[in-house]
Amino acid sequence: MDSVVQLQRQLVDYTVQLFNEGLLDDQFNQLQQLQDESNPDFVVEVVTLFFEDSERLLDELAKALEQQSVDYTKIDAHVHQLKGSSSSIGAQRVQKVCIDFRNFCEERNIEGQVYLQLTCQKCLHQVKREYSLVKTKLETLFKLEQKVLAAGGSIPWPM
Amino acid sequence: MAGGSMENAMVGGGYTDEPHVLAVDDNLIDRKLVERLLKNSSCKVTTAENGLRALEYLGLGDEKRTALEDNVSKVNLIITDYCMPGMTGYELLKKIKESSSLKEIPVVIMSSENIPTRINKCLEEGAQMFMLKPLKQSDVVKLRCNLMNCRS
Repeated sequence: MDSVVQLQRQLVDYTVQLFNEGLLDDQFNQLQQLQDESNPDFVVEVVTLFFEDSERLLDELAKALEQQSVDYTKIDAHVHQLKGSSSSIGAQRVQKVCIDFRNFCEERNIEGQVYLQLTCQKCLHQVKREYSLVKTKLETLFKLEQKVLAAGGSIPWPM
Repeated sequence: MAGGSMENAMVGGGYTDEPHVLAVDDNLIDRKLVERLLKNSSCKVTTAENGLRALEYLGLGDEKRTALEDNVSKVNLIITDYCMPGMTGYELLKKIKESSSLKEIPVVIMSSENIPTRINKCLEEGAQMFMLKPLKQSDVVKLRCNLMNCRS
C-alpha cells in the first residue's frame, strides 16, 4: 500500500507530464484554483460536462459529414463549440486540432467538394483522437487524486 | 458622474456588496465557468443560454411584463459571449442600449477571438469592456474593480 507521500508524488509526476506534453495548459490550473472547500468537486464537474458535451458534438460532426449534401456552416459551428470548451478547460491539443479543422473548412472551394469532405473527415479523426487521449489522461488523473484523498492526503496544487 | 461611483448609474439604485450579474453564453462549460468565477468574486449570478432568454429575463421578451418590478431592477451587470447562434452578443448589446429601461446597465462582451474591428464595434455600441476567453479569476477581479469601483 503506497504511502500518502508516494501517491502525491505519483500525482504530481503524472500531472507535470500532461503539461509537458501539451495536453493541458494553464487554463487547467485556473480551474483548480476555482476549487475549494465549498466547491470540492468543481474540476471533476466541469470536466465531466466537457466529456458529455464533446461526445455529443463529435457524434453530430460525424453525422453531418455523412450527409449527401454536407452543411459546412453546421460543421463549423460544432467545431467552434468544441474549440471553445476545450480551451475553457485547458485541453490544449484538442483546441489546437479544432483550430486546424476550422482553418481547413475556411479554405474550401466550390470545385473541391469531395476533397473537402475527405479533409474534414481526416480532421474529425484527429479531433477524436486528441479528445480520447485527453479524456483517458484526465480520468487517470482524477483516479490518482482519489487515491491521495482516500489515503488521507491533500492534493498539492499548484504543481 | 463626477466624483461618484458607478452605483448611481445602475438600474434600481444602490446594490449591496453582492452585485447581480446576468451571464449569457451558449456554451454549457463556459456558463459553468463564468458562474463560478463570478461567484468567487462575491457576485450573485443568473445565466442565460442565448440572447432571447436574456432579454426575456430582463423583461424585453415577447411577453411584456411589468418588468421593472422584477428582474430588471436587480441586474447590475450583463456579461455576454459574442459568438452565439441566433442573436449575437453584439445584437444583444444593441437591444439593451436601445432600451430606456436597460441602457444604463453595463454590458461586457467576451470572445475567444481577438479581432480589433469586432472589439471596436462593440465598444462603439456602448460595451463597457471587451474580454478575451477563456476568462481567468484575475480578469473577473479586474472587471469588478473597473465597473464597480471597489477598493481591494
